[in-house]
Amino acid sequence: MRQLFLAAAISLFACVAQAFEVEDERMFGAAEGPVLSVLSTTDTEIFAPLIEAFLAQRPGLRLRYVVASSQEVYRAIHDEGAQFDLVISSAMDLQMKLANDGFAAGYNSVAVAGLPGWARWRDRLFGFALEPVVLLASRRALAGLAMPRTRRDLIDLLRANPARFNGRIATYDPHVSGAGYLFATQDARQTDAFWRLAEVMGRLNARLYCCSGAMIDDLESGDLALAYNVVGSYAVTRLPDAPDIEVIEPEDFTVALLRTAFIPAGAAQAGLGGALLDFMLGAQGRALIDGVADLPPLDQSALPPHLRPIRLDPGLLVYLDRIKRQNFLGEWDAAMTQP
Amino acid sequence: MRFLLVEDSPELAQSVRDLLALDGHGVDHAASLAEAQDCLSAASYDLILLDIMLPDGDGRAFLHAQRRAGRDTPVIVMTARAAVSDRVDVLDSGADDYLTKPFDFAELEARVRAVLRRRGGAAQTVRRYADLSFNPLTATVTIAGEARDLRNRELRLFEILLAAPDRIFSKDQLCDRLFSYAESVSDNAIEVYVGRLRKKLAGSAARIETVRGLGYKLTGA
Amino acid sequence: MRVIGLNGSLRARLVLQLLAVAAVLAVALYFTVRSTADRAAEATQDAILGAATTSIAEQLRATEDGIEVDLAYATFSMLGAVAQDRLFYRIDIGGETVTGYEDLPMPETPPAALAASFYNQPYLDTDLRIAAVARSMVVGSRPVPVLVLVGQTRQGQAAIADSLANRAALIGVGFFVLAVPLSLLSAGSVFNPINRLAEAVGRRGPRDLRPVRHPTPRELAPLVGALNGFVARLRGALSQTETFIAEAAHHIRTPLSTVRTEAEIALRQSDDEATRVRLRSMIRGVETSARSASQLLDHAMVLYRSDQLERVEVDLSVVLRNVARAFEPTAELKELSLRVIGDAAPMRTKGDPLLIEAALRNLVDNAIKYSPAETEVQMVLSAADGMLHVQVRDEGRGLSGATMAELSRRFTRGGNVGDVVGSGLGLTIVAEVAGALGGRFTLEQRETGGTCASFSLPQL
Repeated sequence: MRQLFLAAAISLFACVAQAFEVEDERMFGAAEGPVLSVLSTTDTEIFAPLIEAFLAQRPGLRLRYVVASSQEVYRAIHDEGAQFDLVISSAMDLQMKLANDGFAAGYNSVAVAGLPGWARWRDRLFGFALEPVVLLASRRALAGLAMPRTRRDLIDLLRANPARFNGRIATYDPHVSGAGYLFATQDARQTDAFWRLAEVMGRLNARLYCCSGAMIDDLESGDLALAYNVVGSYAVTRLPDAPDIEVIEPEDFTVALLRTAFIPAGAAQAGLGGALLDFMLGAQGRALIDGVADLPPLDQSALPPHLRPIRLDPGLLVYLDRIKRQNFLGEWDAAMTQP
Repeated sequence: MRFLLVEDSPELAQSVRDLLALDGHGVDHAASLAEAQDCLSAASYDLILLDIMLPDGDGRAFLHAQRRAGRDTPVIVMTARAAVSDRVDVLDSGADDYLTKPFDFAELEARVRAVLRRRGGAAQTVRRYADLSFNPLTATVTIAGEARDLRNRELRLFEILLAAPDRIFSKDQLCDRLFSYAESVSDNAIEVYVGRLRKKLAGSAARIETVRGLGYKLTGA
Repeated sequence: MRVIGLNGSLRARLVLQLLAVAAVLAVALYFTVRSTADRAAEATQDAILGAATTSIAEQLRATEDGIEVDLAYATFSMLGAVAQDRLFYRIDIGGETVTGYEDLPMPETPPAALAASFYNQPYLDTDLRIAAVARSMVVGSRPVPVLVLVGQTRQGQAAIADSLANRAALIGVGFFVLAVPLSLLSAGSVFNPINRLAEAVGRRGPRDLRPVRHPTPRELAPLVGALNGFVARLRGALSQTETFIAEAAHHIRTPLSTVRTEAEIALRQSDDEATRVRLRSMIRGVETSARSASQLLDHAMVLYRSDQLERVEVDLSVVLRNVARAFEPTAELKELSLRVIGDAAPMRTKGDPLLIEAALRNLVDNAIKYSPAETEVQMVLSAADGMLHVQVRDEGRGLSGATMAELSRRFTRGGNVGDVVGSGLGLTIVAEVAGALGGRFTLEQRETGGTCASFSLPQL
């Protein structure tokens, strides 16, 4: 009876430990030695150069890199208590909630102290890369038309050419994509033009995507003419292969997403997690994030005026509120579904 | 000479009076400062012998007052205080000299003479005998008007003999008057001084006679 | 004489006390600021938290279906801006949690309508400050109670209070550090009057017994009063002693004078040799006792004044001339000539003039006593090697082998002077004066016979 119970407990624990959906998992570094576990939303290929450079400085260290979607990352930490030493995610609202709810450990270093106020929350959550959320346009599809520079341009363009853009405009489905929801709410917070745009896109039977990749694919293939609110770095990564795609940072404002990292409370190798964080924020790490990983690093002085980084503050919690989300999505659906 | 003796001890005053009287001096005695003041206003004195501790005050204050009032009668203080500081004090209050009690009478005489000589002195009666004359103040002796130079002890011997001509003084008596009791004196010391004095008085009508077995006397007959 | 029982230092005590006060003040400052800062920070947090909670409560709208909740981004953003604290909220409508953290602790007593109430509660891994606002809304003509809770961690508040308190602590420490030199300075200035008073009293001559009139602070008045009282008593005692000695001398010496004078009269009048011998020995006895008494007094005076040495400028030429003049009549009686040589120029030394005079008197007195009649006593002044020398030379019987050390011992007299009245204290006095004034005293037999006494003092 007792053994049975024990076995049940073990299997339950094992089950819980790996309950969240892992997209990729890889070990870096030495064969033996302490293991630094990183849970991330960033693809392994993009992050690998940075990891290799970090490990080059620290022989005898192993690094376990686990990739999951931002929702899964949230679930792993919030619900399942998964053991990691650094959690990296582009879903800053979820990261904020994790930190607010006490899942992040405090960490102080010279590197994190140098971050601007909007890019860190207390000693818990730190931004390390800034990604503009952009409008992608197919030059072919827009042939003969002026490239839109602002949301107003975009609305006018869509209104003036309904035939050309009907069914050929795309954006994230905020029901499905956490990032899409965040971008939509931030847009809504910044400007009333968002709802007009949503209505126009709804009228033109905008297509809603789960992920950036698919949108870019369809844009390349010519199925789409415009993709609104795409994470810039994904597009930039594909640019050499897709000379047809124009990346537009709307000049009225461009929301910028922070990729954030925190050391989970109770991390077994919190020190190593901090070391990796410091490395990412250091000169070499920044160069790698910019050049190799193609993630724009945080650089305050280079911040263009139209760029509006999403601040790391409790405001992010508001759109995670169940009722708030329900209301927002209800309004979104109303805008999308035109009579 | 006329002395004013200011001394509150009647016994000592009597003794000093008697002793000075033996040498032919006149002495008025005042037992207090008040009496001394009375005497001073009634008569004039050649010298004041002043005790310090008197029943009605301090002799130094009295002396000081005298000097301030311009009365400059010579004063010799007889003090029972022997310390150096007391002597300085006394001289500062205007005394001409001082004597510490108990005093050698010969020293008193010497100091009186010294003071009077220093001060130019009051008019003195010159003593005469035969063709001799003696001024005790200036200590000069003349024989028929011719001055003779006598030394201190010769002078004092002469003075003793002159005080009572024709009286016989024994060697002992003369010795006691000439020498201090603190000194030891040889037996023939008096003979030496008598011999010297005789030489100094040579040519005078008066002479010193030896009275065999008794002593010496001054005679002018 | 300088040995004083020392019992701690007032200055050290004062400094320590001032420092202790400074430390207490610094600590008090720290805690006062700390508690004030705590309260101020809490009040600030409460104000913001209360405003935010009220604002959320006011944004609730009754609709036909129920109650519409619309959290304002700005409200949350603002709550995070003041201090980056963790934020939790809960909205209950009709007793059910519609959104937020369902397990956020409820207030112990339900809050009054429309006024935020505040309470502290532990939640998750931390402590929260929670604001609760209750209101009632009409939904479908029925009143429904609504409760809005917003909780915030208190790290920001603590950080503000900490930083204020740390600043206060820094100020306190600075205050303390500043207090060290200041207390030293103030202790110094407090004790200045005491030092000045001590200096003023210390500068006084040995016989200056005037009361202290030096201006002193009120607090020192009792000390100065006591000192003056003591000085007055001392002066009284001294003057009594002086009076007593004077009276005693008077009452002893006056009858002795009578005895001596009477004896002299008797001696003049008596012809009986046996009587005369007795009278002479009587006079010698009187003489001896008087001399001894004088020298004892002089000796006591020398001892006392050497102890309380007064140093003024003294011209040895003048002192020696005065001494010689005082002894002139005495010398004359023995037909001795007294010659002062080398007194033309001032010979300055530093010392107590009375001591110097006592020494010179004793020297001259000795020389006169032991000189045979009709000889010369020379008093020779000279300066050499930074010293002033007084040599008193006589033509007397000399030392006849007695040593200097023996002769200057108290009550010791030469073996060849039994026939001369003396107490044996004279040379002791001279030696003691020389010692007290940093000089020298030597006695030598002269080659020509007689004694040469050398008394030297440092030249000024």
